[in-house]
Amino acid sequence: MSVLPDIWAVLTDPRGWILLAMWGGAWALNAGLAEARSPALRRLVPVIFGVTLLVLWQMAVRLYAISPVILPAPSEIWAQLTGSIPTLWADFVQTFVKGAVSGYVIGCAAAIGTAIVIDRSPFLQRGLLPVGNFVAALPIVGIAPIMVMWFGFDWQSKAAVVVVMVFFPVLVNMVAGLKATEPMQRDLMATYSASYWQTLLKLRLPAALPFLFNGLKIATTLALIGAIVAEFFGSPIVGMGFRITAEIGRLGLPMIWAEIAVAAVAGSAFYGLVALIEKRMTFWHPSQRRRQ
Amino acid sequence: MRNLLPVLTVVLAIVGLWYLAAVWMNATWVYDQAAREGREVFLVDLLGETMMQERPVLPAPHQVAKGLYDGLFGQAITSKRSLIYHGWVTLSATLLGFVIGSAAGILLAVGIVYNRAMDQSVMPWAIASQTIPILAIAPMIIVVLNSMGVTGIVPKAIISAYLSFFPVVVGMVKGLRSPDAMQLDLMRTYNASGGQSFAKLRLPSSMPYLFASLKVGVAASLVGTIVGELPTGAVAGLGSRLLSGSYYGQTVQIWAALFAAAALAAGLVALIGLAERVVLQRMGLVR
Repeated sequence: MSVLPDIWAVLTDPRGWILLAMWGGAWALNAGLAEARSPALRRLVPVIFGVTLLVLWQMAVRLYAISPVILPAPSEIWAQLTGSIPTLWADFVQTFVKGAVSGYVIGCAAAIGTAIVIDRSPFLQRGLLPVGNFVAALPIVGIAPIMVMWFGFDWQSKAAVVVVMVFFPVLVNMVAGLKATEPMQRDLMATYSASYWQTLLKLRLPAALPFLFNGLKIATTLALIGAIVAEFFGSPIVGMGFRITAEIGRLGLPMIWAEIAVAAVAGSAFYGLVALIEKRMTFWHPSQRRRQ
Repeated sequence: MRNLLPVLTVVLAIVGLWYLAAVWMNATWVYDQAAREGREVFLVDLLGETMMQERPVLPAPHQVAKGLYDGLFGQAITSKRSLIYHGWVTLSATLLGFVIGSAAGILLAVGIVYNRAMDQSVMPWAIASQTIPILAIAPMIIVVLNSMGVTGIVPKAIISAYLSFFPVVVGMVKGLRSPDAMQLDLMRTYNASGGQSFAKLRLPSSMPYLFASLKVGVAASLVGTIVGELPTGAVAGLGSRLLSGSYYGQTVQIWAALFAAAALAAGLVALIGLAERVVLQRMGLVR
């Protein structure tokens, strides 16, 4: 009996209908645009979708008067974001520049070096690859408390976690890449009487690049995750992970969302940068050719 | 099987290196103790004492194995010190989240493949979301849901569902699109309806892609659950074992929890690999 009035209240609540109408209108617009001929119009579709989600979020929070402790409105997050740029910048430098990027560079360099070394020994390859594949599937973030114990609270321990996290995906991809040359191509190098290093430099490394970049792109996300999660286990009083845990204690949700927005932008930009370098360096590969 | 010898060699080499590292890293403490007691340390003492410290910097492999054995078999299953108890807490949240996440992912993928507007609006965001460190919001989700009165297994399952969702969407869309134009044309000449060409062509040919992304998804959802256990104040689960171990300097406990998590991840991935083998074999798709 008590359910009926509830349903009635929901059905007659104008707020729900407003949101639904917004959603329906935006969807109809998108459905129309998706059939459009011009590619410029079609590029608008995901933008409209994203904007619609933001507007609906804002309206829902305002209409239903949702407490900012549960879900802050996008406008509040934006105000927080623009209002505390120095803090966010300090956190960004600590976590991203010092922790994630330095760990990423060290880890990827080590993985590429290891891959070139074990490439010369089939025995090592057959032994290390299954182990590498196995480790790549493990919850490696779990080593964060150990690294914090070994390397202290500052960014060195975060970089160490990142090194271990990015190492195996890059290693596995690089080893696969070094195998990507065809016998015909290697024979050609042999007829040129190219040395091992010449073959490596002029044939096998370029041929390995598409595989390598695959691993490098996966590693960008892992690097940021590793650096942030490692800060949950102990950090100086600066850093994105630290800020998130600290603000949770004070229920400062807008600040957390601002950090997440920064992390999202930084993560996408990092990925985009690596993808851009990939495009420049592997322009010859079929997957990079312009589509008709 | 021809890989067995090389793999064993590599594993043995890792264990050997580990012992050396344990001696090297734990030596400082031994020298400190000896200097305090005013005795000299010989190589034999050093080797012996670095192997059996209470709170070593790096526990030796046999200490971790002992910790793992104690946690798995040395306790009653209901005990708070039992790794089986904590492992089950983590596993149940992981499985619940994984099932929800992959089911939602498959449904969304079907929608994306059959609806142009959905494809163009959602797909770019699904791909972009892979570059975002989603894991960072895990603590927030937990705390917010806690403040709304939702506790226990559900918040962790939501995080793990969220993490396994996107790999499944992206992989499944790729899989449902994998039949080429020739095959789709053949279905059309058979006068197959949309449902028929979905059930008989698209769905079967998506299976290899689905299983590949399920493997990624289950590993991701385990990581999600473990990270989700961190901010709840270390109550139960493998993540809380890691956290409480790091608070109290119980290194052996951390390593044991880490290996239990690793075994769990490997088991889950292997289980999906097995299902993949059986399914693909019955479909005649074994590579």
